[in-house]
Amino acid sequence: MNDNRFATRSELLGILVLAVLLVVVLPLCLDVFRLNLVAKYLTYAFVALGLVMCWGYGGILSLGQGVFFGLGGYCMAMFLKLEASSVENTRIQSTPGIPDFMDWNQITALPLFWKPFHSLTFTIAAVILVPGIFALIIGAAMFKRRVGGTYFAIITQAVAAILTILIVGQQGYTGGINGMTDLRTLKGWDIRPDHAKVVLYFFEVSLLFACIVIAQLIRHSKLGRILVAMREQEDRVRFSGYSVANFKIFAFCVAAVFAAIGGAMFALNVGFMSPSFVGIVPSIEMVIYTAVGGRLSILGAVYGTLLVNFAKTSLSESFPELWLFGLGGLFIAVVLAFPNGLAGIWGDYVQPRIDRLIAARKPKSGAGWIDEPVADGAPAE
Amino acid sequence: MLIGHQPKPFLLSVEALTVSFDGFKAVNDLSFYVEENEIRVIIGPNGAGKTTVLDLICGKTKATSGSIEFRGKDLTKLKENQIVKAGVGRKFQTPSIYDDLTVFENLEISFPRGRSVFGALTFTRDAAVRDRVHEVAETIFLKDRLNMSAALLSHGQKQWLEIGMLLIQDPDLLMLDEPVAGMSVSERAKTAELLNRIIKDRSVLVIEHDMKFVEDIAHKVTVLHQGQILSEGTMEKVKNDPKVIEVYLGH
Repeated sequence: MNDNRFATRSELLGILVLAVLLVVVLPLCLDVFRLNLVAKYLTYAFVALGLVMCWGYGGILSLGQGVFFGLGGYCMAMFLKLEASSVENTRIQSTPGIPDFMDWNQITALPLFWKPFHSLTFTIAAVILVPGIFALIIGAAMFKRRVGGTYFAIITQAVAAILTILIVGQQGYTGGINGMTDLRTLKGWDIRPDHAKVVLYFFEVSLLFACIVIAQLIRHSKLGRILVAMREQEDRVRFSGYSVANFKIFAFCVAAVFAAIGGAMFALNVGFMSPSFVGIVPSIEMVIYTAVGGRLSILGAVYGTLLVNFAKTSLSESFPELWLFGLGGLFIAVVLAFPNGLAGIWGDYVQPRIDRLIAARKPKSGAGWIDEPVADGAPAE
Repeated sequence: MLIGHQPKPFLLSVEALTVSFDGFKAVNDLSFYVEENEIRVIIGPNGAGKTTVLDLICGKTKATSGSIEFRGKDLTKLKENQIVKAGVGRKFQTPSIYDDLTVFENLEISFPRGRSVFGALTFTRDAAVRDRVHEVAETIFLKDRLNMSAALLSHGQKQWLEIGMLLIQDPDLLMLDEPVAGMSVSERAKTAELLNRIIKDRSVLVIEHDMKFVEDIAHKVTVLHQGQILSEGTMEKVKNDPKVIEVYLGH
């Protein structure tokens, strides 16, 4: 029986395989440049992981996860930018000691809301809390009023558009369309050289696994089952004594915080942050990663993100104009033919064969595999 | 405005209840009272407002005017989940169960503990939960299907499962919307037996079309017509009421 465990046997195996891939195989096979690309892709995997919780399990489709990715990324970038804008580094500016884009925009003193970002502790708290509280406000405003489904998706898109316009428009405070560039050090530790990239990669992978563990814990708690129940029969859950809105808000906040962690890691790994990761298009791309990986699969989200991004990099290098059509086509194909994405293909075609192989080899231990919870491979509507 | 001391207060007092959808009064100045441990059946032609009455009591629809008093609480002022906590359980017309979860998990979700977000995160499946789920599963004839996906149950079994989900809540007032619709004859008999067993220590409000079934279980029958009460009383009395025969039973 599927108890309050952290993971079933096959899930544990899956996590182990992913860990071997990310911690051992990729760092050994790839050069630092490619490894840094993987690190960049993995920042989106945090978003996809959040979408699995909120869209896959909770049935809440958010087309504005870029907002939270961006908020997390900008919080981190503000800290890094301040550190890069020391008085020595910015001697040539008319006002030394403030970020370069402020100087270009005739701002002569650091704005008040920038000041706390001198502290790394504050920044880390802000990376989690700013997007978390923002999601709480949007969630409370929408879900308490029973706004859901398509309407909610459209509103999240609108929020993404608004935030992009705000960032671009307030160039003096945000760096505008160029974003925050030229991020150099973290507490004096240079984040640009190759060895720093490798360290950051491993740090990011460990954060990703922490998030996977949290997602697994939520999924296997009663809350995870309530999310699934809510997706299918919202009224039944409501009339079983639950405040459906609160559970939706929770799922949305978890997704927002995961996305924000990804955004913060993006700023560290890639060395800049710009509004092009906040708007509607990146937000929809993140949904495609989740759909390709399988929206009901926590690990599928990671694989989906990696695969789509590898394809994007290699294809857009050779066919830059065709790539977007390819991405759109991929999304349509996945939704039509494989609604559960890669994880669905794995669960339907590959896993049964492996099981049969194992069962054939060890006839008695085969029974253990049949006991896996039904909910895992359950069809989406 | 307490005029006299009532020896036995009603469990549920619906008074002057009205709901209007864009001017159409689906329920119009309706008053009725349900006693403790009573089985009340609401019958009436299609569109009489039967389901709307249940929607109003459980909070799914907000009343335009009137009051619904349950154990001293005015339900019209409470949210749906607060009404459930006050002790009202409701079964929907079509079986509303969670197809992607197992029978056990379906029942477990209705167990009245850990209903807040934090409570659900820290909820543990202890012996009390297991025992209660097994006990209810036995009552609803699904003891040997606990680990089965609920999607695989038959229609009748789904109806029982939803009744079981309500039993686990242990409500003081159980509201059932057409519990035997679409059931086979043997399933219907089993459901009547089930209902007779679960009504101990609680009141039940049932909407049903099946007259044979109504006769089997009802203590008192309320006939609704166009949002108003046409007749009320024992099955015998209602059956012989010429108004009821004209609008409902005669067809």
